[in-house]
Amino acid sequence: MKEFSYRRATDVEGAVALLDADPGARFLGGGTNLVDLMKAGVESPERLVDIRELPLDGIEVTGDGGLRIGATVTNSDLAAHPEVRRRYAALSQAVLAGASGQLRNMATVGGNLLQRTRCGYFTDISSPCNKREPGSGCPAVEGEHRNAAILGASGHCVAVHPSDMGVALAAFDAVVSYRTQEGEGELALADFYLPVGDTPHRETALPPGALITAVTLPPAPVRSRYRKVRERASYAFAIGSVAAALDVRDGVVQDVRLAYGAVASRPWRARAAEAALLGAPAAAASFAAAADAELAAAVPLADNAYKVTLLRNLTIAVLTELQQEGTAR
Amino acid sequence: MITSDPTASQTAGAIILHVNGEKHALTVDHRTTLLDALRERLDLTGTKKGCDHGQCGACTLLVDGRRSLSCLQLAVAAEGREITTIEGVAGQGADEGELHPVQQAFLEFDGFQCGYCTPGQICSAIAVIEEHAAGWPSAATGDVHPGAPPEPLTPEEIRERMSGNLCRCGAYTSIVRAVAHAAEAGAVRDARDEEAAA
Ligand SMILES: Cc1cc2nc3c(=O)[nH]c(=O)nc-3n(C[C@H](O)[C@H](O)[C@H](O)COP(=O)(O)OP(=O)(O)OC[C@H]3O[C@@H](n4cnc5c(N)ncnc54)[C@H](O)[C@@H]3O)c2cc1C
Ligand code: SF4
Ligand code: FES
Ligand code: FES
Repeated sequence: MKEFSYRRATDVEGAVALLDADPGARFLGGGTNLVDLMKAGVESPERLVDIRELPLDGIEVTGDGGLRIGATVTNSDLAAHPEVRRRYAALSQAVLAGASGQLRNMATVGGNLLQRTRCGYFTDISSPCNKREPGSGCPAVEGEHRNAAILGASGHCVAVHPSDMGVALAAFDAVVSYRTQEGEGELALADFYLPVGDTPHRETALPPGALITAVTLPPAPVRSRYRKVRERASYAFAIGSVAAALDVRDGVVQDVRLAYGAVASRPWRARAAEAALLGAPAAAASFAAAADAELAAAVPLADNAYKVTLLRNLTIAVLTELQQEGTAR
Repeated sequence: MITSDPTASQTAGAIILHVNGEKHALTVDHRTTLLDALRERLDLTGTKKGCDHGQCGACTLLVDGRRSLSCLQLAVAAEGREITTIEGVAGQGADEGELHPVQQAFLEFDGFQCGYCTPGQICSAIAVIEEHAAGWPSAATGDVHPGAPPEPLTPEEIRERMSGNLCRCGAYTSIVRAVAHAAEAGAVRDARDEEAAA
């Protein structure tokens, strides 16, 4: 690991000033991803600005009945918060499905959104990787890619974003607030992650030196759910996941939110599926047709075509559960 | 302003760590993890290093009362926080020498074989019981709605909540029993204390 200096910020302006948009500096949240990548030599910052003491650890109900979540709220506090559990159950479930109790106590909302891919070539500095070393190539396309993307990828990078939390945030139309030396800014989560194209090393639309300060959720359908599939029952990254919220009246879909995890370089909002569902009967046939509409765009590689079937089945299962939960109440 | 500040470019520094109720002053290279500072500088070797990458839970301890991984935490970033390691969970003061109920349960129910993962398991279990008592849901919780009736700490809940602690010996069955027993004994004790106070 390269040597680095360490400073603790106590206010937002001070944190942004300390970082000073320096490409050699990093904000330190829980450190669960950054410190790990520093050990692996993937990240080698010269300066760290610790942001855990910033007054950004609150969760407030907004005027319109949404929620504003501070960037340094820990994953544990987010999942346990009564208003999150009441209004955005899928968000609580998504966070609880990720990592472990210890890691969730350390990990922050901002850090979770900015965590890097778990692609094995990315974390192995002896291997080429376009994301880590632009222009060096992508060994995953021909190599190990069982957990690679099936949507929105390019020949330059097929890695998936590993966040569970982000999938629920995508379904709930989250807006990310940030601060730079120039002032405050906002990005809808839909615009937060950049398309892969030929620049997989550029992951977000955040301006240089930006500090994420909060994530805001507008009101959403009350019935929501997150389901994650992984290679063991717990403490593993997703190989596919679905966050969904559903509002049905008289057997017809009034409102639906659907997002997929572990299928793309970012949490994947399933807009084609949503469009197919709106106004359709809330029944298994429509759920299947919606999944097919979304997954028609899938481009699987040699070893990850299972994800198409997995996501189709997951979509039908989660929407069916939500539909049944609604009629049971 | 930043450049004139001498600490801005220092890559090591003097810190004070609060561990098990005691203050320790030491100078650390900023690269030092809390785990290495405890084991190699403060001779507190109870906290174990398994993977050093957040994947096994052997290095679990409590920071400000919450279970955390010391291998992904920088020592310098732990300054000012209250750290409790396995060396500090047993009774202090009047209860000196008395094992923590979770430690006692691990002994009674054979919650270990080689013992390497055990300090992490015990620190984690202490927090699991508190988190559950505080009403925190888990991925095994059927309904996360805050109005839902509280779920008992079933073996399924324990397995899910303890999933961040791996055991290469596979002592899981008895670990789950030990945690369940400690939680029950704690609930009985709490009820007794409440009665005594009433
Ligand atoms: C063994 C293991 C298993 C895991 N399993 C899962 C899983 O199943 N699902 C899942 O979703 N995640 C999982 N994770 C990942 C974990 O959720 C992330 O590491 C964590 O959320 C990152 O948050 P952090 O606060 O620790 O970020 P840090 O490591 O502190 O930071 C990550 C990045 O974000 C930047 N950053 C942090 N905060 C801000 C901010 N406010 N503004 C601007 N930049 C910021 C940092 O500079 C850094 O570049 C796992 C991690 C481990 C180690
Ligand atoms: S998939 Fe992306 S992260 Fe993985 S090796 Fe290819 S370029 Fe690197
Ligand atoms: S040593 Fe920290 S989790 Fe394995
Ligand atoms: S008792 Fe040996 S690793 Fe758990």
